[in-house]
Amino acid sequence: MKLHQLSLFLENRPGTLQQPCDALAAAGINLLALTLADTAEFGILRLVVKDWNLAKSVLEDAGFLVTVTEVVALEVAHEPRGLTRVLDVLNQSKQTIEYMYAFGGGLNIESAVLVFRFENIDQAIAALAAKGIIAIAPAELFDRLNA
Amino acid sequence: MNISGVSSRNVATEFDSAGAFHSESSPDYLPRPQLQDLQFRRLRHSIQRAYDHVAIFRQRLNDRGITPDDIRSLEDITKLPFTVKNDLRDSYPFGLFASPMKEIVRLHASSGTTGKPIVVAYTQQDLDVWTSVIVRSFAACGVHSGDIVQNAYGYGLFTGGLGAHYGAESLGATVIPISGGNTDRQIMLARDFGVTVICCTPSYMVHLLERAKELNIRLDSIRVGVFGAEPWTQAIRDHIQSNSRMRAFDIYGLSEIIGPGVAIECPFHDGLHLFEDHFYPEIIDPQSGQVLPDGAEGELVLTTLSKQAMPMIRYRTRDITSLTTDSCRCGRTIRRMRRIGRRSDDMFIIRGVNVYPSQIEAALLAVEGTLPHYQIVLTRSKGLDQLEVKVEVTADVFSDRVSALEGLQRRLEQSLAHTVGIHARVHLVQPHSIQRSEGKAKRLIDQRNES
Repeated sequence: MKLHQLSLFLENRPGTLQQPCDALAAAGINLLALTLADTAEFGILRLVVKDWNLAKSVLEDAGFLVTVTEVVALEVAHEPRGLTRVLDVLNQSKQTIEYMYAFGGGLNIESAVLVFRFENIDQAIAALAAKGIIAIAPAELFDRLNA
Repeated sequence: MNISGVSSRNVATEFDSAGAFHSESSPDYLPRPQLQDLQFRRLRHSIQRAYDHVAIFRQRLNDRGITPDDIRSLEDITKLPFTVKNDLRDSYPFGLFASPMKEIVRLHASSGTTGKPIVVAYTQQDLDVWTSVIVRSFAACGVHSGDIVQNAYGYGLFTGGLGAHYGAESLGATVIPISGGNTDRQIMLARDFGVTVICCTPSYMVHLLERAKELNIRLDSIRVGVFGAEPWTQAIRDHIQSNSRMRAFDIYGLSEIIGPGVAIECPFHDGLHLFEDHFYPEIIDPQSGQVLPDGAEGELVLTTLSKQAMPMIRYRTRDITSLTTDSCRCGRTIRRMRRIGRRSDDMFIIRGVNVYPSQIEAALLAVEGTLPHYQIVLTRSKGLDQLEVKVEVTADVFSDRVSALEGLQRRLEQSLAHTVGIHARVHLVQPHSIQRSEGKAKRLIDQRNES
């Protein structure tokens, strides 16, 4: 149910995004989702890849500081209220979202995949499951993405 | 006494088993009256030698209307003029030599970050004295024959490498002359050879331990680390000792005087014993030049008592310390100097406030618990000096949350403002983005006059 996401520390200056992407490209690793949280001084690059262990060691060998965070991937209908149905459940059960972002490329035209980091991941998964919203298991996700 | 995490009982045991006394070390234990007698006789000789052979020194004495005969006691040394680093630059390359080249067997030179390098010379007897004080230094740290010494000081013009090398060999230890740099190979050999003693700069040791941790290699065979060539702090000692099994010893020296081996810590780590049978110490007020009593903090001034090729009379080291005559539990009678935490020329003045890099270090340490790699950058913007501190983010503090990193940045800035008294901007930077030193750490970049 939980997806392993890699987070990298990057300085906010020209060129810093290039280096980790080059390192992953050279190792033949495809990025399935990414987002960049930035401040004036630095940024945190968050990545989802299929083989996160390999990607982590590739990035660390390239000198980057990498942490692994557990996140949740949810499939929502690609239509108005697709997201708010999920947010309603989370609000009602008082789950805090630390951040979220959308997956690059849809599975199909009918649905979109969103990645959430929750303050309490287990409680959030349970609250969603109780309302019939099931987090996508990594294997299924990668399978359906043909990753 | 400053021995983190080790009871004095352990120290005593280690001290006893470490071969406390080496025959070369006997001058360490001279009764003070005999020591002072020896110092005075050697001082007279040294002054006479400088007067006879070094034109600038003779000229300065003549200007003051004094001759070597006016020095009738150790206290009379205050009648003599100081020698400063610029004197070595101005007399480049050989102007302060007191021996003809046929008696000089070795030259060393400083890297010379500003202007010309300074050149220092040794006769064979000078080299023998140097070897002897290094033997005494190693012996005080409990190094003995049978030890395997990894000498990671730079070999070459820098005095650190060859100085430690000959001393360790003379002691009967096995020397690995690996010199500085090539960190992964250092770690591999330390492990494979079962190295028991390592010599390098403290900042390089921190780097070695950091890299060994990344490689998942433990350097547990190292028992003693002899670190010098740059000022360091108790925090760095604690860091090294808690990340290894070694005891970290501070060695002090400077090439103008002889190189490493001017002073050394004993296992009680309560100041550095100064080999004052060869190097006569004074503490002065750096502003007025007035001699201060034992115990007072000031600039260390050294006079060589036995140096032939290049006698140094009242050389101003720029290192800030104090001296104590109190007896040390190790039994040595030679005076101790407090570890050098700062140099008078390391200090920078920003918006009228005197700041030492050691203060910056203390402020960073207070927040993070361990000392991160950092660099101080001074810039000038619209006529106003700005203090910036680049701090590398470590795995211990890195968080996936932006707010946590911004919080860290803010806490570091608050700690700096609290310690230094002025606002400093903290920049969190990527690991390994600040250049690592394989010699002396470049902690301060002053760009104020570049624009």
